[in-house]
Amino acid sequence: MAVEPLIHELSKPGRRAVRIPAPDVPETPLPQELLRDGLDWPEASEIDVIRHYTRLSQKNHAIDINTYPLGSCTMKYNPKINEAVARYPGFAGIHPLQDPATVQGALELMVELQEMLAEISGFAAVTLQPAAGAHGELTGVLIMRAYHRSRGDTGRTKILVPDSAHGTNPATAVMAGFEVVTIPSDARGNVDLEQIRVHAGPDTAGLMITNPNTLGLWDEHIAEVVRVVHEAGGLVYNDGANFNAILGIARPGDLGIDVMHYNLHKTFSTPHGGGGPGSGPVGVRADLAEFLPGPIVRRVDGDEPRYEWFQPARSVGRLHTFHGNFGMHVRAYCYIRMHGAAGLRLVSEDAVLNANYLLASLRDRFDVAYDRTCMHEFVLSGNRQKRNGVRTLDIAKRLLDFGLHPPTTYFPLIVPEAIMIEPTETESKESLDYLIAALRQIADEAEQTPEVVTGAPHRTEYKRLDEVAANRTLNLRWTRPVEPAPEAAAAD
Amino acid sequence: MAAPKDLRFTKTHEWLRRDGDVVTIGISDHAQNELGDITYVELPEPGDAVSRNEPFGVVESVKAASDVFAPVDGEVVERNESVVEAPDLVNRSPYEQAWLLKIRLNDPDQVDLLMDAPAYDVYAETAKH
Repeated sequence: MAVEPLIHELSKPGRRAVRIPAPDVPETPLPQELLRDGLDWPEASEIDVIRHYTRLSQKNHAIDINTYPLGSCTMKYNPKINEAVARYPGFAGIHPLQDPATVQGALELMVELQEMLAEISGFAAVTLQPAAGAHGELTGVLIMRAYHRSRGDTGRTKILVPDSAHGTNPATAVMAGFEVVTIPSDARGNVDLEQIRVHAGPDTAGLMITNPNTLGLWDEHIAEVVRVVHEAGGLVYNDGANFNAILGIARPGDLGIDVMHYNLHKTFSTPHGGGGPGSGPVGVRADLAEFLPGPIVRRVDGDEPRYEWFQPARSVGRLHTFHGNFGMHVRAYCYIRMHGAAGLRLVSEDAVLNANYLLASLRDRFDVAYDRTCMHEFVLSGNRQKRNGVRTLDIAKRLLDFGLHPPTTYFPLIVPEAIMIEPTETESKESLDYLIAALRQIADEAEQTPEVVTGAPHRTEYKRLDEVAANRTLNLRWTRPVEPAPEAAAAD
Repeated sequence: MAAPKDLRFTKTHEWLRRDGDVVTIGISDHAQNELGDITYVELPEPGDAVSRNEPFGVVESVKAASDVFAPVDGEVVERNESVVEAPDLVNRSPYEQAWLLKIRLNDPDQVDLLMDAPAYDVYAETAKH
């Protein structure tokens, strides 16, 4: 096994990539109190650095290499035109402290993105500040809190969260000072409507629901769920993680949802998964717009429209330095413009079709937790394979031998041995068939030669990693090895 | 492994062994098997109060982090330092060496509310499907 050394281990004292020319302007020394000695930075030539990082990239898996069916994460292809446009100097070379008069084009793009996101989802206003989905959740729940407080309604201390939710939902509610009430799922994988009726009351600040949910299922009672929570005086937050399944088909705002975040890095094809950064804008119904984080950019109509910043009247405050991850706004804008309304609907239709094709091709070989027509993803259970001693973890490792990234495993928590598959719309029928063939072969192996699966991966450069040791003895920081003392060296 | 006959169990897969006013608690063999390799155990300090059906600590595995719930109300009299030091004890010896806490009971009647071993075996078997 060839272990790639760390860049520090490749370091040779005095080796360097470039020699910076002598300055042709006066030097301004940094303040003495900001200077440190002994930083121990690596020293390497340019070709050493390039080779090191190229080798690392070759050990990696990416959507640009092969299928990446990581359920709930929506690892769709990120079109390269997004990258080209985001690198336009008018976008990449500007600074948020510039006079707004000099960046009107960038502000116009942000206003149009806000308007497009609002239209696609049926909301009145949008903030682009939040830097990721969970950050959007926090923004949304802070808005819900501010709304209740503005009405003097201070007794609403609880937030209802289904047991199928992403862990970030209850974590967000707690961060915002609420108590979480977990609502079980019913036998068809919906949130249990009767339990919503039992728990919604004068102490309910709201419900955080993911629809379609993490089982990849549309909640069959969503209208009634929203009505019950509203009647109790609560607000309904939609976790927009799965918005990519319903573009151009259903609008959360029309369903009565009050607040929602968008994951630009899922639905609108901006990079994520270590590449990032993410972006999690939040949309709200009209009477919540005054609570949005500020500043927000708006259009001032006239012969020549102008774009300017304003502070919403009762803003919850700033959630991000400057204006969010603007480079992601450019990419999402580009994606929406490239597709248009009809194209976005096709994105969702193909994502749902692909998932149902996979489900139909696998349901005879794997247990299906809630066997309904799915949306853009579905959850299998490895229970049947486990009886032969093959766990979901082993199935995931075996998929590596096929050059595939494994699906999400052991989530959602309500499905034992969960295998959560999301193909996205960008996979062709051929690549779906390859994934199906791989999973069916693994199901055969689990019955006939389980040791092939439990011993996987066999073909990767690194085999089964010791995850227990990695978890127990975290080692995240390089420290220079102690040089042996000269006497000890001589004694050898 | 069948559940030891002298233990009582919760629906959240904790076990309890009563010895007078003091009970010893841990997590079941089924629970450790579902969680996989345990990497971290977080427990309250002696003197802390625990409440029935409320989380008192965390057990983390390579797969997930899970709350562990108190089967009864009471006060922590001792915690198992060796399981904090070597969390894999939970995988190796869930019912003996990897006990988590000893708790002084507030209300002995609460023990009777828990499942006995045969009932738990049926419950754990059903939970798999």
